[in-house]
Amino acid sequence: MKTIYFNKFYKSFNILSGILIIASLVFLVFKGLNFGVDFKGGTLIELRTDKSSANITKIRDSFNQMNLGDVSVKNFGNETDFVVKFEKQNSNDPQFIEEIKTKLSNSIGTVDFRRVENVGPKVSTELLRSGVIAIALSLAAMLLYIWIRFEWQFSLGAILALFHDVIITLGVFSVFSLEINLSIVAAVLTIVGYSMNDTVVIFDRVRENLRKYADVKIFELTNISINETLSRTIITSVTTLLALLSIFIFGGEILKGFSLAMILGVIFGTYSSIYIANPVLVSLKVSQRTIVKEEKE
Amino acid sequence: MLYFSKLRVFSVLIFTLIISYFTISNFTKVDDEFFSKNIKLGLDLQGGSYLLLEIDNEPVITQRLQSKVLEFKKFFKDKDIKVRNFVIEDKSIIFDVENTKIEDVKSLLDNDKSEINPYFQQYKSHQFNIENMDTSFKLEFSDYGLVLLKNSSLDQAIEIVRRRVDEVGTNEPNILKRGNDRILVELPGLDDPGRIKSLLGKTANLTFQFISSSSEESFGTEKLSFEDGSSEAIVSKRIVLSGDNLMDAKPTMNNQTNETVVSFSLDRVGAKKFGKATSNGVGKRLAIVLDGKIISAPEVREPIIGGNGQISGNFTFQSATDLALLLRSGALPAPLNIIEERTVGPDLGKDSINAGIMSLIIGFILVVAFMFYKYRFFGLIANLALISNLFLLVGILTLFEATLTLPGIAGIILTVGMAVDANVLIFERIKEELKNENNSIVAFDSGYTKSRTTILDANITTLIAAVILFFMGSGPIKGFSITLGVGILTTLFSVYFIARLITAYYVIKNKHKEKLI
Repeated sequence: MKTIYFNKFYKSFNILSGILIIASLVFLVFKGLNFGVDFKGGTLIELRTDKSSANITKIRDSFNQMNLGDVSVKNFGNETDFVVKFEKQNSNDPQFIEEIKTKLSNSIGTVDFRRVENVGPKVSTELLRSGVIAIALSLAAMLLYIWIRFEWQFSLGAILALFHDVIITLGVFSVFSLEINLSIVAAVLTIVGYSMNDTVVIFDRVRENLRKYADVKIFELTNISINETLSRTIITSVTTLLALLSIFIFGGEILKGFSLAMILGVIFGTYSSIYIANPVLVSLKVSQRTIVKEEKE
Repeated sequence: MLYFSKLRVFSVLIFTLIISYFTISNFTKVDDEFFSKNIKLGLDLQGGSYLLLEIDNEPVITQRLQSKVLEFKKFFKDKDIKVRNFVIEDKSIIFDVENTKIEDVKSLLDNDKSEINPYFQQYKSHQFNIENMDTSFKLEFSDYGLVLLKNSSLDQAIEIVRRRVDEVGTNEPNILKRGNDRILVELPGLDDPGRIKSLLGKTANLTFQFISSSSEESFGTEKLSFEDGSSEAIVSKRIVLSGDNLMDAKPTMNNQTNETVVSFSLDRVGAKKFGKATSNGVGKRLAIVLDGKIISAPEVREPIIGGNGQISGNFTFQSATDLALLLRSGALPAPLNIIEERTVGPDLGKDSINAGIMSLIIGFILVVAFMFYKYRFFGLIANLALISNLFLLVGILTLFEATLTLPGIAGIILTVGMAVDANVLIFERIKEELKNENNSIVAFDSGYTKSRTTILDANITTLIAAVILFFMGSGPIKGFSITLGVGILTTLFSVYFIARLITAYYVIKNKHKEKLI
């Protein structure tokens, strides 16, 4: 197969990644994330209306009359399904949901509540905290694992690639105001695993080639390694993306956010294994001595 | 890496077949309990309600402190030490001691063997933290004392919750402790948790107290409002009888008034107390108080001696049934707050299953087709490994009765996409080896050997993510981490035992063929 010179573009793609990361951080800081009821608290109702004549405006108007705080209404999948979210949560009043249903039926006709989620402020704070801890913990665990299996230069490269993927994925969610809920945290953790997996495959090859070729510069060596593992990288990304696309298209509305986050993560993860993890090895001037020295100890 | 002993081939086959059997058992009916296992569906797939309850322990703490005050008063009186100005404030007991006895009180409170430190012998820890300023003492529960208190009220509460849920008769409820002040209630198949919520939301503290006619009541009086909010009444603080003495309660019809009432019967002690009180109180009105609200306050026309009575109060049959249920199951030690609720209707559950299976089938077909296109015959081997992987994965989930959730299904689909990675790594490596090696058996062998560490490294990273998710996630997300984690293990098995076995047979048979892969 023809060799592709990935290493020619290390610089330009690093600049691009830097811009994307800064842009993501700017959005995350100034616009923030659109947290769902899992992390913000409040009530979510997924409802199905009888007639397709019930539209968003009508539903929003009837909810607004109920004094529930900030109400958001969105179409969910097909035109008779809607998701309504509002701040107020009163799970202690057993009639709370029932009353909403009655009032709604009076104004827009028969409705079926397909899903109700009611999360109190204490629980949502805890869920957010444990989500953040889980992501931090997984990053730390990966760092440690790579450190044990490889040398610290590799560990640094892999972890920078992970940060890159997580930050940009969250950045996209911020830009498009996509909802962050528990399943997104699961997606981010899986992205961390996947991106790592991808990086490890290339790193394993880099290490092997470092032993094999004493006089090849790391700049060239990373490119050789990327090329040698390229067809695997492509095939695995394609099969994973096929599976994820299938979830995205056919898996129903609830899994949309999850599969979208995963799709983004797989794309960024594949890219970062090549264009973040490897340039780090180059700039840290990894050479045969890096690994031989460690092995002697 | 290409050699398999007969025994190994045999055991791989047997293992795969046994586990796969459990996948199939999901779709068949067998009479044996062990062989007819089904995968458990999570609430998001079968529909149902998830409630997280938190105990409000403050009333319990105050109650305990009140009884502790009585204990202290008696204790110091016996020791001939004058203490005064007992107050309960901010979850602590405050009192004053005469000047000369400060040191005595200190040493008594510190004494591990004294009866006011009942925990020390058992747990080597004090029940209270003690603060002393001049003559004033301040006692508050130590962390340990608080934990014990919370645990005991949680144990009581969970028992009452279980009784109430069981009485309603829902399908296989799941009631679990969470931490030291929470209870998780899962109610599969329930799409409207309104009734259960109203039953769990009531402490159900029942008392009988006389309506006070004069204000000079020796026990003091309190003003309580009626349940329907219509009016208020002054009642004596003296409790004639409490719900603890109730043996049974059921909704009945009062033949004279044609009204639904709750009939109750009392235990022996209760009957005696009630008889005595009603004998003395003929002509007075007796308030029936539930959780601080008066249900009704009928006039006592004659002494009630037999230990049977009725509670009236504009009940519908449903509300009478619920009150009887609450009285039968007993009072909660403290109020419960519902802090999280998730309910999924059965329709949505069904839709989710269908969508999940649909995307699994399509994802599977896409991946299988792509692998065949890329590798032809070896693609078939990888696909065979993928199929057995799926059977093993679902089989193991079934065997261990793991809960399958919607994210769990997503985890299975994702496993399908990622599982081929290991075979791809191996095949690509073999291709490279074949470039420099004429003996195809050697090339295949070293292809397997050289890719092994990479595959392990790559899978362990995903496994780490799955394990962290398992411990940090809840409900549906836990389901995802289980399928993802088990999926990695079955992937490794199917690649290293099943695919490798077939590859080995094929290569050894066709070793002289050109361009094997």
